[in-house]
Amino acid sequence: MPTPSRYWREIPQRYRYEASRCTGCGKIFFPPRLVCSACGSREFEPTKIAEAGKVMTYTVIHTPPQPFVDQAPYAMGIVELDDGVRITGQIVDCDFSELAVGKRVRLEFRRISQDGKAGVIFYGYKFVPEI
Amino acid sequence: MRDVAVIGVGITPFGELWNKSLRNLFTEAALAAIDDSGVDRIQSMYVGCMSSGLFVGQEHLAALAADYLGQRHIPSTRVESACASGGLAMRLGYMEVASGMNDVVLVGGVEKMTDSTGPEATFGLGTAADQEYECYHGITFPGLYALIARAHMEKYGTTREQLAMVAVKNHKNGANNPNAQYPFEITVDGVLKSVMIADPLRILDCSPITDGAAAAILCPVDMAKKLGKPIIKVIGTGHATDTIQLCDRDDPTWLEATYLAAKQAYAMADKKPSDIDFFEVHDCFTIAEICVMEALGLVDKGKGGPAVEAGKTAIEGKFPINPSGGLKSKGHPVGATGIAQVYEIVKQFRGEAEGRQVKNARIAMTQNMGGSGASTVTHIFERE
Ligand SMILES: [Zn+2]
Repeated sequence: MPTPSRYWREIPQRYRYEASRCTGCGKIFFPPRLVCSACGSREFEPTKIAEAGKVMTYTVIHTPPQPFVDQAPYAMGIVELDDGVRITGQIVDCDFSELAVGKRVRLEFRRISQDGKAGVIFYGYKFVPEI
Repeated sequence: MRDVAVIGVGITPFGELWNKSLRNLFTEAALAAIDDSGVDRIQSMYVGCMSSGLFVGQEHLAALAADYLGQRHIPSTRVESACASGGLAMRLGYMEVASGMNDVVLVGGVEKMTDSTGPEATFGLGTAADQEYECYHGITFPGLYALIARAHMEKYGTTREQLAMVAVKNHKNGANNPNAQYPFEITVDGVLKSVMIADPLRILDCSPITDGAAAAILCPVDMAKKLGKPIIKVIGTGHATDTIQLCDRDDPTWLEATYLAAKQAYAMADKKPSDIDFFEVHDCFTIAEICVMEALGLVDKGKGGPAVEAGKTAIEGKFPINPSGGLKSKGHPVGATGIAQVYEIVKQFRGEAEGRQVKNARIAMTQNMGGSGASTVTHIFERE
């Protein structure tokens, strides 16, 4: 899991959903990039990703990596946000039986994992069903 | 560019090999390949290995491997492209011989995975995905392929049973492979009742954690002829990449890097999919083999599941896939897998594949893939 400096560096995306929009073609990148993979432009303006979208595909993880053992089983999905950006994350506050492709979800700021008993608590976004 | 031949191959048993170290696994396979080829020297070597640093805490593997092979001083190169490391070592060795830079080159692959605990190995394999935007949130490799599987089932109606049939077919083949980690048959029902790993994938949809190594010796075809070796020629090679994150691809069910790497190899070999007698492909999970056969152009998009169900991928089928047992039954020591595929092609071409022999095979293809499909290496071989 990340060191404090790495964790700090990732805060703009994890806490504030900061992204960048290519001024050449308009494509939005999350996380921000230095060169547009669509048109090759290196000029961007800051933006934020849309905070709601729909599930493209999903799974339920039964055999988790070490930092997530106390959370399993948990659902994860790829979500296409309303601005076309796609991100991967956990889907929470949702019965597994209600998971479905096309389901509307929104981003919420949540605890992601914890680095051992005395370690850093990692935060970021998770998906919850849109009401 | 010169024509290149494979003149020797070697492999270790695949499995949980507690009494064998990383260095001895590699050396054992490399010595077997050297002995098989009959050459008395190698001029250069490539070692495919995904993560000796994470699995056993050992980097600088190229020099170590050359040293323990008794080849101190020759140029030795470690190659990493996640689970495609072995295939990429093969491609770089091919390029070195084809270019004329050297005549006799060893290409090998190795992974020592069972010195790690389960969670350590899971973490190590996870580094082939995006650490900051996939793994941070709790995804695993079975999880990524489960996302692909769910999308494939939704889009094309691929069934849970069709996924299971990939594993059943590969175990049937692997039951006749003396080097396989799990050389026994399984049933569709057994797969469907096995423990859930990442819904819809169960443990019998997943390739195992494996120790093992494989190696091959390459030289110019002209030299192979002088040595009086049967000519097994490399007639095509391809290599392509894709986005590191699965979610950044237009269609999560489509392996564009595999499609592109295959297209390159077909063009170079002047062959089409129907010219290929059998395939060794990267079935790290059952769904992967279905997506790979679509990307290789063996079936239309979405038709992989029905093709498995119809028996087209069986040894006696229209396009046999993974007569070796694939990663599923044979085992998946990640860095070694791409070279183990080459080993199987050579055994098949020599008619030494025993109960898993593909009859009259003359042209064969390998496909070795890294991560959730972000890198792929392909090769096409021809027996003269
Ligand atoms: Zn652009």
